[in-house]
Amino acid sequence: MRILPSGDRALLVELDDLDQVLGYYAALAADPPPEVVDIVPAARTILVTTRGDLAGLSRSLRELVPARDRRTSGELIEIPVVYDGADLDDVAVLLGCTRDDVVARHTSASWTVAFSGFAPGFGYLTSDGDWNIPRRTSPRTKVPAGAVGLAGEFSGVYPRESPGGWQLIGRTSVRTFDASREPAALLHPGRRVRFVDAGRG
Amino acid sequence: MSSLTVLTTGPLATIQDRGRAGQAALGVPASGACDRAAYELANRLVGNHEGAAAIEVTYGGLTIHADTDLLLAITGAPCTGVPLNAPALLRSGELLRLGPPASGLRTYVAVRGGLDVPPVLGSRSTDLLSGLGPSPLVAGQTLQVGSLVHPMPGVDQAPVAHPAAGQVVLRVTPGPRRDWFTDAGWASLLSQVYEVSTNSNRVGVRLDGTPLERARAGELASEGMTHGAIQIPPSGTPVIFLADHPVTGGYPVIAYVAAADLNACAQLRPGQPVRLVS
Repeated sequence: MRILPSGDRALLVELDDLDQVLGYYAALAADPPPEVVDIVPAARTILVTTRGDLAGLSRSLRELVPARDRRTSGELIEIPVVYDGADLDDVAVLLGCTRDDVVARHTSASWTVAFSGFAPGFGYLTSDGDWNIPRRTSPRTKVPAGAVGLAGEFSGVYPRESPGGWQLIGRTSVRTFDASREPAALLHPGRRVRFVDAGRG
Repeated sequence: MSSLTVLTTGPLATIQDRGRAGQAALGVPASGACDRAAYELANRLVGNHEGAAAIEVTYGGLTIHADTDLLLAITGAPCTGVPLNAPALLRSGELLRLGPPASGLRTYVAVRGGLDVPPVLGSRSTDLLSGLGPSPLVAGQTLQVGSLVHPMPGVDQAPVAHPAAGQVVLRVTPGPRRDWFTDAGWASLLSQVYEVSTNSNRVGVRLDGTPLERARAGELASEGMTHGAIQIPPSGTPVIFLADHPVTGGYPVIAYVAAADLNACAQLRPGQPVRLVS
């Protein structure tokens, strides 16, 4: 663990990999140090913002014991997906398999929300599977809400219509972000997800 | 119930409060008033509760019609034609017109009672990046005024300085990715006179200048950022994150603006010279 300066109010914790991020984030979220305002996990880092002093925060972060097995212990939700995405054929070519194989791999994998970003409620889901999907060479200007995509080692669901460069493999009618709901983001860090094939509806 | 009607908005007028801190892990940006000190002062001058919603006006141009008697306070960038840093009564039927500011960019209009619009995720702030909160104000829109207030503070005029008109100096501290830049790059950041770009908005202040030399090529995995982060995109010129900045960013943060200078940052206007000092 490396702790990097981030202004007068925050420290950036740099970790080795996503598994460490999941473990440390779970420990921080369960028992945040006093006066912490925000904890933002990302791919290799966790940003911690505080109202208190940075030296105290730094000590607390160094003493933190990461949680174990974060990929298997979060609350599990199921998301039905219609697998008819515009990039499904391209993804099959990239993986050297058929469309049905892509669907089988996506639905059989156990996904965990590692972090959010890009837009409110956009969760970056990581899995035990071996995904490495390049982004589209030219991003779409409009990706519809509910589109299910792949990029790098991650899968995600677009919470609302936005531009986007992920490879789209399907769509869901589940609302992943609703400002009138508590919590507003369905796919918040630590949650586990299983995608279910809802057929061609 | 008290209300006011917006007749003109100028380039941009939004409703702002203290924002949505604490939800960054869900991808929800903090947002809120850009010049926090000016916003808070406006509320205090009319005895509002902390966190009451007020109007943030960008480069003047707002005209409002008082549908009822209103007690107002206007702070921040000093617009021509209006009283500043003092409580003022606007009688029913009267108009308030904010001319262009003599210095600074953002002016705050607080109404005693606060603006009563529905909160979204605990805040009445307009977040332009993520589309949360009320839409920017439009001509013809009527705003209801709330009634939750403290006693008036009994202050006639608050002695605060106007935002600076000439070169602004911002104090910075090294950021987490200082080592992605050469020592020459760091020295260049701290020695050049930047100019505020017209591309600036509530998400960030973009600075025009000589690109910085990088020590490391390649891409950074996106990481959390906070208000005042100075990102260096591939163009090599800085972007200082303001209230509506995204929760994470993928470009290296070379430095952070000191918390005490963030309000000055919010008042920078296009074309204004800026220096960063360590």
